[in-house]
Amino acid sequence: MMIVEALKQLVHRPATIRYPATKARVPPRFRGRIIYHSERCVGCRLCVKDCPSGAIEIEKREDGRFEAIFELDKCVFCAQCVESCNKGALESSPDFELATADKAALRVRFDAGDRKA
Amino acid sequence: MAEMKIPIGPQHPALKEPESFLISLSGERIKDVGMRLGYNHRGMEKAAEQRTYVQDVYLLERICGICSHSHSTAFVQAVEEIAGIEVPPRAKYIRTIVGELERVHSHLLWLGVAGHEIGFDTLLMYAWRDREIVMDILSLLTGNRVNYAVNAIGGVHRDIDDDQKAQILKAIDKLEERTKYYIEVAREEKTLITRLSGVGYLSKNEVLSLGAVGPAARASGIARDTRKDDPYAAYAQLDFKVVTDEHCDVYGRTLVRVGELMETYSMIRQALARMPAGEIAARAPRRVPAGEALSRYEAPRGEDVHYVKANGTDKPERVRVRAPTLANLQAVSKMLEGDNLADVPIVIAAIDPCFSCTDRMIRLVRSEQGDSGAEARSIGWEEMRVRGIEWYRGRGVDFADLNARLGARLC
Amino acid sequence: MLSGVVVPILNVLLFPGLAFLCVAGLFGEYFDRKLYARLHNRVGPPLLQPLADFVKLASKQELVPREADGRIFRAMPVAAVAATACAFLYVPMWGYDALFGFEGDLIVVLYLLMLPTLSFFLGGIYSTSLFASIGALRVVTQLFAYEVPLFLALLSPALMSGSWSISGIASFYGAHPWWWCFNLIGFGVGLTASLGKLEKVPFDIAEAETEIVGGVFTEYSGRHLALFHLAIDMEAIVVSSLLAAVFLPFGLGLDPALGFLIYCLKVAFVIALLTLLRTVMARLRIDQMMAFCWKILAPLAFLQIIACLVLKGALE
Repeated sequence: MMIVEALKQLVHRPATIRYPATKARVPPRFRGRIIYHSERCVGCRLCVKDCPSGAIEIEKREDGRFEAIFELDKCVFCAQCVESCNKGALESSPDFELATADKAALRVRFDAGDRKA
Repeated sequence: MAEMKIPIGPQHPALKEPESFLISLSGERIKDVGMRLGYNHRGMEKAAEQRTYVQDVYLLERICGICSHSHSTAFVQAVEEIAGIEVPPRAKYIRTIVGELERVHSHLLWLGVAGHEIGFDTLLMYAWRDREIVMDILSLLTGNRVNYAVNAIGGVHRDIDDDQKAQILKAIDKLEERTKYYIEVAREEKTLITRLSGVGYLSKNEVLSLGAVGPAARASGIARDTRKDDPYAAYAQLDFKVVTDEHCDVYGRTLVRVGELMETYSMIRQALARMPAGEIAARAPRRVPAGEALSRYEAPRGEDVHYVKANGTDKPERVRVRAPTLANLQAVSKMLEGDNLADVPIVIAAIDPCFSCTDRMIRLVRSEQGDSGAEARSIGWEEMRVRGIEWYRGRGVDFADLNARLGARLC
Repeated sequence: MLSGVVVPILNVLLFPGLAFLCVAGLFGEYFDRKLYARLHNRVGPPLLQPLADFVKLASKQELVPREADGRIFRAMPVAAVAATACAFLYVPMWGYDALFGFEGDLIVVLYLLMLPTLSFFLGGIYSTSLFASIGALRVVTQLFAYEVPLFLALLSPALMSGSWSISGIASFYGAHPWWWCFNLIGFGVGLTASLGKLEKVPFDIAEAETEIVGGVFTEYSGRHLALFHLAIDMEAIVVSSLLAAVFLPFGLGLDPALGFLIYCLKVAFVIALLTLLRTVMARLRIDQMMAFCWKILAPLAFLQIIACLVLKGALE
């Protein structure tokens, strides 16, 4: 009976997903790298307070806009910051291929965009 | 036949996580088992005291990858009880559904691991291939395959919409069909039955006196299940039976787990059908008023107990976690008595050990070996280093030779 | 005169000797692993994986435990490879005659095939490691269990053909086509016992990874481990060829190219059966294996011998 099941597998396609030769299937609303929208941020820093691993910093630029720095090696991708933000300035992206050999590349900065005139 | 002492662990291919079992053998028969725990201690409880409640939900979730939802749910239940928060019914149902899906993934994982421990890699491959179905569903619902981050104090973060409902039902149908096949394998595959039967015997009385929980206890006929004994979340509204077996050995534990899988599928269907509309989270205060609560949850491995003490600030004063494996480990020495060396991996695997869950600090007070100290003592780094070196010297390690070979002075 | 010396040397070293056996062994391992994977619904390794594994192992550092006896420790892998290669010289492939066949070579081949098992045992004991010692004891206990059914199973074609030479057996069945069908029970017993010789599930008890780490091979690394693995691969080819020559002796004596093809198919078939058996069974405990071999396999082999003797008397 086991032997029948085993022989049946010979005619099925292998169940193996040949990543990275094939692209990964990511479900919608997957909790990947966080994206920050400076224009919506008011600097309340609730995200900083609620982050379990202290992976986010919010800095104020001289002209009153806010910038964010993410430490991707500390982030656990729990999306609590997305939840905490009342202004919708943070969202999860499906980006998960973040491995790198350069530690400095894991410190990601989101600038505030063009300065006001 | 001379007596030998075999170390199974801390590093051993049979164990997925480090723990030390020193087996005294006479030939191939086991005479005695000495256990040392603590290799996976990470200071979770102390870390939980230094973080806010919101952060602790995610910290405690990472006590274990396989039963992460169990720990996070047990914790938020305790906090909600202290703060007197009324969780909306829809949130309770969602917690139940994710919890039961976690049970499916855990039991299928266990089935594969059990197969691997007895050299039956085919069962491993099949079980883990089918487990992918439930992992995909969980990542659809919660955004990740493990560490679901779906619990919040007061409710849940995510809702289940109709499309996801349909996909869950389709996946459950497929899984039920595959589980029926595994039940057939468990009942008919000769070499499997030969390996699993008669080993790891634990009688009813031993279960009660040693305090075993979960499938390990249910396989000896004790109907001990927190979902029935102390219902939480939406379990009081669900109709299910507690699966027990009378074999009292590893084979019984296998049958209990595959039987539980079938019950779980029915529970998920019921929960999806009965889920009321409504809110998914209640407002939770950041500062929890003083109080304490004990919360129990039936993790896939057994009864998981969380104790939380609040003191009015936004950080808990004390968090204590008693994982099911700690309750079952004491039964392992009893189970191994009289078995062969070849049975050690499967007997340890049969309680579904999760040493990450288990390793917390325990202070012995009034024990036979003497008090371990009524007050806590702080040990500095240098003293710790010296202690480690002395311990290895006592076990016969010669540092002179090591120093010469490494060309450095270690000690 | 010179050709009388050079050609046999080339035969021994290249074809069908050492070089052929190495290549065939590596291909046999690929075939086994690929089939095993496909039965699991997986992809499996690419064709050159066994070669890559060998090269990788051979290029790694060798660690010899300080308490181990270095000479024996290092000699055992070489002994295993040498014994297996030697055994192959007496197994006919596509003709009626093996390379150096002689009367009684069936027994010699069986003894030579016991030497790798002995080298595992000695390697394990001389490793002085705890896990290796347990593995070594299991290897030798297992030997007592499967060797007798294997001997008995191979005895029945010999008795029927009245010859102790594998080449002689092949010639006999060449003269009496379809008589090999009477030996199918023996084939089954021989196949199951071979699982023990080749350290495959359900009889891979000596190298049970989840119980005693690496068993006899725990302390072996680098070049020595590569040679041990090669010895096991070669043993698989030799045992499959032996079973094919003794139990499936049809299609022999044909034109060499066609004969070689038939030989390859037969060996592939035997290896496929071994793989199938190891896919659908769990590993047995040593006491369960002893009980199975002595209570079921040995009596079946005896039954086969009696059947052969009766049939031989009846048909002649």
